Amino acid sequence: MKKLLLAVVLVFYAAILFAQQTTYPVNGSFDTRPGQFAFTNATIVVNSNQTLTNATLLVKGQTIQAVGAGLAVPKGYVIIDAKGKFIYPSLVDAFTGYGLPEAVVQPRGARQSVFVSAKKGAYGWNEAIRPETQVKNIFSVDSKKADDLRKAGFGSVNVINRDGIARGISAAVTLNDGADNNVFLKDQTAANYSFSKGTSSNDYPTSLMGSIALLRQTYYDAQWYGKQKDEYNISLEEFARQQNIPQLFEVDGWANILRADKIGKEFGKQYIIKSTGDEYQRIQEVKATGASLIIPLNFPKAYDVEDPSEARNLTLTQMKAWEMAPANAAALEKAGVKFALTSFGLENTRDFWANIRLAIENGLTEKQALQSITEIPASLLGISDKVGSLEKGKVANFLISSDNLFKKDNIIFENWVQGKRFIINKIDVTDIRGNYNLNIDGVGALTLKITGTSGGSVAAIERIDVDSVKATAALARNGDWVSINFSLKKNPAGNIRLSGFLTAASPLLLKGEAVLPDGTTGRFTAAYKEAAKETQKKEEPKATLAMGPVIYPFGAFGNEVLPKAENVLIKNATVWTNEKEGILQNADVLLENGKIKAVGKNLSAGNARVIDATGKHVTAGIIDEHSHIAGSGGINEGAQSVSAEVRIADIINSEDVNIYRQLAGGVTTSHILHGSANPIGGQSQLIKLRWGKAPEELKFAGADGFIKFALGENVKQSNFGTGARFPVTRMGVEQTFVDEFTRGKEYGKAIAVKGNNVRRDLELDAIVEILKNKRFITCHSYVQSEINMLIHVADSLGFKINTFTHILEGYKIADKMKAHGIAGSTFSDWWAYKNEVAEAIPYNGKIMHNVGITTAFNSDDAEMARHLNQEAGKAVLYGNVPEEEAFKFVTLNPAKMLHIDGQVGSLKAGKDADVVIWSDNPLSIYAKAEKTFVDGAAYWDIEKDALVIKTQQTEKARLIQKMLESKSSGSGTQRAQGVAPRLYNCETLENYSAELNESEHAH
Amino acid sequence: MHTNMKTYLFSLALSASSLMCFAQANISPAKKQSKTIAITGATIHVGNGTVIENGTLLFGNGKIIAVAASGQAPQGDVVSIDAGGKHIYPGFIAATTNLGLTEIEAVKATLDFAEIGDYNSHIRSIVAYNTDSKVPATLRSNGVLMAQPTPQGGIISGSSSVVQLDAWNWEDAALKKDDAMHMSWPTTPRFRGYGRPQVTAEVQAERTQSAINQLTSFFAEAKAYAEMGKPEVINTRFEAMKPVFTGAEKLFIGAESQKDIVNAVNFAKKFGITPVITGADEAYLIIDFLKANNITLVVKQPHALPNNNDDDVNMPYKNAAILANAGLNVVLSIDGYWQQRNLPFMAGTVTAWGLDKEKALATITLNAAKAMGTDKTTGSIEVGKDATFFVSAGDALDMKTNKVEQAFIQGRAINLDNLHKQLDKKFSDKYAAEK
Repeated sequence: MKKLLLAVVLVFYAAILFAQQTTYPVNGSFDTRPGQFAFTNATIVVNSNQTLTNATLLVKGQTIQAVGAGLAVPKGYVIIDAKGKFIYPSLVDAFTGYGLPEAVVQPRGARQSVFVSAKKGAYGWNEAIRPETQVKNIFSVDSKKADDLRKAGFGSVNVINRDGIARGISAAVTLNDGADNNVFLKDQTAANYSFSKGTSSNDYPTSLMGSIALLRQTYYDAQWYGKQKDEYNISLEEFARQQNIPQLFEVDGWANILRADKIGKEFGKQYIIKSTGDEYQRIQEVKATGASLIIPLNFPKAYDVEDPSEARNLTLTQMKAWEMAPANAAALEKAGVKFALTSFGLENTRDFWANIRLAIENGLTEKQALQSITEIPASLLGISDKVGSLEKGKVANFLISSDNLFKKDNIIFENWVQGKRFIINKIDVTDIRGNYNLNIDGVGALTLKITGTSGGSVAAIERIDVDSVKATAALARNGDWVSINFSLKKNPAGNIRLSGFLTAASPLLLKGEAVLPDGTTGRFTAAYKEAAKETQKKEEPKATLAMGPVIYPFGAFGNEVLPKAENVLIKNATVWTNEKEGILQNADVLLENGKIKAVGKNLSAGNARVIDATGKHVTAGIIDEHSHIAGSGGINEGAQSVSAEVRIADIINSEDVNIYRQLAGGVTTSHILHGSANPIGGQSQLIKLRWGKAPEELKFAGADGFIKFALGENVKQSNFGTGARFPVTRMGVEQTFVDEFTRGKEYGKAIAVKGNNVRRDLELDAIVEILKNKRFITCHSYVQSEINMLIHVADSLGFKINTFTHILEGYKIADKMKAHGIAGSTFSDWWAYKNEVAEAIPYNGKIMHNVGITTAFNSDDAEMARHLNQEAGKAVLYGNVPEEEAFKFVTLNPAKMLHIDGQVGSLKAGKDADVVIWSDNPLSIYAKAEKTFVDGAAYWDIEKDALVIKTQQTEKARLIQKMLESKSSGSGTQRAQGVAPRLYNCETLENYSAELNESEHAH
Repeated sequence: MHTNMKTYLFSLALSASSLMCFAQANISPAKKQSKTIAITGATIHVGNGTVIENGTLLFGNGKIIAVAASGQAPQGDVVSIDAGGKHIYPGFIAATTNLGLTEIEAVKATLDFAEIGDYNSHIRSIVAYNTDSKVPATLRSNGVLMAQPTPQGGIISGSSSVVQLDAWNWEDAALKKDDAMHMSWPTTPRFRGYGRPQVTAEVQAERTQSAINQLTSFFAEAKAYAEMGKPEVINTRFEAMKPVFTGAEKLFIGAESQKDIVNAVNFAKKFGITPVITGADEAYLIIDFLKANNITLVVKQPHALPNNNDDDVNMPYKNAAILANAGLNVVLSIDGYWQQRNLPFMAGTVTAWGLDKEKALATITLNAAKAMGTDKTTGSIEVGKDATFFVSAGDALDMKTNKVEQAFIQGRAINLDNLHKQLDKKFSDKYAAEK
């Protein structure tokens, strides 16, 4: 029986037509109606710039016929008097998954050894590139979700299939229900992208940089596809075909806005970017992208901080983000960034209004808010001609509300979609909010207070003067019928139930029957006395909320204002020049405009600040040849044995606290390397530790590009993986290099001959750069056989090895390295952690140095990098390397092997002012870095650090107080879970996309 | 060197042995001390916080006979060694290490330190301690002469023993068998903050509580068992717990957070035990409690990253100093086995960040011996104790000056050669010959 009823309803829905034609047959008689409605006497908000008072809106069928003041209503229109009401365009959400099944990601490990697409059909090789997906082919109306969105005021949405890196084409639909055919506004709104591979079963890419490389390569492949005849490839054809519509990129976090935008700029695209609402943390960089944004309103909840031992787990970043997220929209508006607001990401769509109001309390203007939920999303999707404002000819999507949309107690009565009426709250319900004199037979005089939404939804009872008993009451309304249920606890004890109706509207009067706890019945009367006070109080504008500053980076040890290069004279120190002058006693170093101006005795200060460094040691900043800090989304793209196309440059993370920690150990320059999961890894990035600057500003300008190679157990996957990826022996490792360089040479030749007609291959581009001596190899290596092998491969294929890194058996083969001019960057004393280091010895550095190899000690470890000076001290312990030479192991020598010894690595006039003041001989365990200058700016200062810690404590204490207040005022909270530091080393493997998915589902 | 003839001969013998370049397999444990030896002129770092300048150390039959500030060598049938300008330190003690229980971390066949199961009180490290490991010789060269090989894993991991690092077999090596029972306080694993936690916080808390309940039952039943004259059925796990309740064996409990530390201490106290707490990251937050309970702490290496993003970046450096300066008995440790050769420099780091140098030395000598219950015979250079010490040309807590020239274990002049020195020599000789 139920089924039958449902079917009847459906048929009925489908059968009401607004004088439109249809291809669908009707089971029964047609029910075609004129659908003409006139809304009169309303305040009509046409768009964010134009509001008409006492105006009329004429709607015919799905379309707005006219909007204006003093319009005559033609005959045949149903007139709806909207006096005192407001009419707004229905909202537009530019980013939803409405009407699509949720992509289900099968939980799986990072490595399944699924190397190419398992999807049937002539598609591309990687399942994460799925531009062939068209929402129009898979969309279906979802009545329940549509109802949710309509209740929040939305009338149309963009529908995105959120699966894959290239996700295909989205479509805009209205939130009308009924047949799928009738709701489309635009079948192709945008081509969509992300960095998450989604449901793809392929191993590649495992990392963020891999996702970036794959997308970049896809652009080139699509360009090439049009010029070739060898291959039929639906994915590439579709990718190329959808380049001229808006391009929409979903990312998480501001850093990924910058990353996405950079790819866009590379290929002449300006993406619209859906982000996660933390743009205030780097507003200038976000603005500079020129991208229009789609921003969510899912603000973090306050944390439970009542238990101090739990609250200790929270980071400053988490706490400040809680405070500042609601001010994000205001910050974007102030910066002049064009943005739409989306309901995407909200736990409940109904939180939309509370959060948008919170954003307004935090400085967002109502005008901008309205634009961001109507006109801007409509224009981003290219549907401004249809929705987003109330103008003749547009789709009849509009809201009728009791008041200004943004007022706290505003009620949305109706949401009309395509000329179809959806009632959210009954429009003709009398507002019964107020204070009443309540008289109940047998109980006596009470006061009744009715407040809440929808013209009254909450009730409270109080007996004044007698015993001041107070009770909250359950209130239910059905049209003019009102029932109220409460307990006074005494006189009488038990529940009193009232059931009555509105007998007069002005002044309000409720009358009806009362049932007392003992079952006796009587009458009650409630006569309106005055407006309920609280309602008025809520309308008062809130005072500007006190808020902490944005700091850079946005977290612990961040600064409001970054350290600047200053002119400094460091006086009377022991100065380790690393130049032919050697170690100078009682000498001075003058820093000016970010450079070393002079090194010597009795220098004149001029306008420089003088630091008395008597008893202290001054050196060049430490350079770490092998580091994995300051990266995002994985440091290994190890799904394939060659990943020369990936670039650490794409994933620099300026917010990594290890930058600050290492400054505290005197490090000024770090070479951020790809991991060692495959023979040919990714391109590395040299950075300076300019703590607080944006990712691009960390990069060491003008430095030569390097690439990570690796040999041995890691690339054979001896200790992890499925064992299915080639190679699994050192023999196979050799052939991986032989094959890649052979192909690289052929590719280079082909390009020289055929130019642009050759498929651009980013992986082989890097190999060609190596062959042309434009990119340099640093190769992770352990045992002598494999080192010898790579030297032979390089000789036979005509490329050079710049550096062997780790190189723990370098001492066994130092003569060969020396003969080939290869540098060695090793650990001071690590061994025994795997089989290939069974004969690693701490004398390795000494022997290589003595043979004449440029020798360095590196970290590969965020902790060890904090005391590389003392690691250098171990060259004295193990082998009596002269102190001056030992210290070069972590300064000048790595500078040489990175080709930056012209700028850094020693104290010499004209070089960068990357300088450390040490409390003691820097090779000593007793030495502390007291000040670390990068480009003349003191990014580390041990005295200032103490102040920073104090400021941080104060700021956290303030935020904790604020969270406690927030909780006591009834706002939701979440458990105080800290964020454990994430560290990478050579062997770190992870699954970027899977983790993204998980973190999303955790919310 | 101003020495008499005997000293000269003796030194010659020593240097000859180090020059001969034995293969690792030929680095034999030294012979028993035959003659009384006097070392003169050295700065003696006693290990208990004091220093004797220009001191003389007299030892015979493996024991220390006299420690004096005279500077004068005793007469008689004594071999005299002039160590003028040099430093004498008690042998460093590597606490809670898997030394000798593993050779290569990534090779499963060499991993002998973590047994299956949660309640492994019957597991004993001493029987797996490998005196032929290549690692101990590399530690001796930096002054580490004793260690506490310790089982890991589970909730109760088993018993450690204290060994000296120059032995033919584990029986020779043992200074004290089954010195301490080791356990880890059940704790809720920390959420990584990225990705989804495998189970909810509530489930995790329940699991932790359930583990604590099981642990409590285990201890209660083991204690009752210990009081039985003759149990009907022998329970090897409970048998192994007996010395823990009598105090013959110490109890080391791993705990990091302040809550876990307090819970662990109170737990042990209920069974009449004063535990040693290992790990102890947040001990600095509950110093009063720890002092009131007379708790010894085995803290982690200072060369570690702060636990939390927001922590003082130098907190791990400062931690031991804060605790020791507050009057707690602090032992420094390092995670791992080959890493133990850096133990002296951990004490150096602690010195740089606030602890008196001699007190820092105590954290890897006398304090460690006290924690393991071997302070009657080891841990300091005092009369009656084992003559287990070394001579360094410079400050042994600093890698820049650590230069171990002679080392004695129970009076035996040990061979300071090791695999690394041999490989160094092998290849240095190759390049020298080719020049």
